[in-house]
Amino acid sequence: MTVLPSTKYKAEPADQILVAPLDSLTLVYQRRSGITHIVAEPAPEILAIMCADAMTADEIAQRLAAQFDFDSTQAMDIITARLNELADLGLVERCHA
Amino acid sequence: MHEFRVQVGPAAFRIGSQWKRPLDQLAELYRDYPVPAIPDYSVRLESVSLLRRFVRPSVAINGDYMLPDAAPLPLAQGLLAAEMAMNLQMALGWRRHLLLHASAVEKDGRALIMTGQSGSGKSTLAAMLGHRGWRFMGDEFVLVDLDTGAAVPFPRLISLKNEAIGAMMATALDGRFGPLMPETPKGDIRHLVPPADAIAAMSRPAQPALLLFPSFGFDPAFREVGPSEVFMRLTQASTNYVTLGEKGFSALTRFVQTVPARAIDYRDGIEAEDLVNRLWAKCT
Repeated sequence: MTVLPSTKYKAEPADQILVAPLDSLTLVYQRRSGITHIVAEPAPEILAIMCADAMTADEIAQRLAAQFDFDSTQAMDIITARLNELADLGLVERCHA
Repeated sequence: MHEFRVQVGPAAFRIGSQWKRPLDQLAELYRDYPVPAIPDYSVRLESVSLLRRFVRPSVAINGDYMLPDAAPLPLAQGLLAAEMAMNLQMALGWRRHLLLHASAVEKDGRALIMTGQSGSGKSTLAAMLGHRGWRFMGDEFVLVDLDTGAAVPFPRLISLKNEAIGAMMATALDGRFGPLMPETPKGDIRHLVPPADAIAAMSRPAQPALLLFPSFGFDPAFREVGPSEVFMRLTQASTNYVTLGEKGFSALTRFVQTVPARAIDYRDGIEAEDLVNRLWAKCT
């Protein structure tokens, strides 16, 4: 699917998921669906950094870059791919302008 | 229809049968267990047809929860049919605890849980340890308390298969074995009544302290199993994880985050007991 740079993403409300970090994977239980999702980095970090408002992939990348010290422009492809996977799982909602 | 009732751990069963003999065998083997007033589950041993009640009698496994394609068994294996039906009720119907397909024994108030595929030896190991200083808690299901995380015993009859029969006949007391049922769909089967202390303490839970994934038939070894792998394996070993929803998630994540896990390989009971004792000493 085509994802525009202006596409915004909104995370599942924090009170609607339970997050349990394990050794190499993180479990995310979604109350709405009753499904346990098993995700690896950077998906848990992306979810953790998204606030209640809708954000573009670029805004999310910049926040992550500030926290984890990497070049946000180089990581855009990876972050966009993970955001769309999270959207397919129902843990993130795409909000088109 | 003949009837027999038995309480195993927190679960109460009523078993009805068109034939008296399987219930007489159950009554003999479950003679030291409580008799419940109100059953949780009803199990029925019925003929597949009127004719097959009398001619080459064939037992269909019926009950509150059934598998539509479960093959009937000959009447000589009626005891096995009853046990399979009781297990089926637990696997498909139990909601009060997180149910793990696993065996367990207890020492000093803490539980050793063992899980793995059929043939891994988890049942035989629990039976053996239960006769060598540990309290037997169950060889088929471990029930994890959804609030406290404690392992709740389910000490049904121990189901010995093939080589395990001979091994346990050298260890357990005479008079506690059921009839030998050769060439069942699961191989040769003989049931063993758990030790008296296991039955007497079947309402006493124990906090899990160690999880083992045994593998029979390999040179002795052990390796640490990380929480992610444990979680994957235990969701496969649980028949009610999805049904329990958030309660199941909380109980299972607490289990994998707090209980150390090891995979052990062994060739015989002596090696297994040695490995178990060493790992137990380290983690407790």
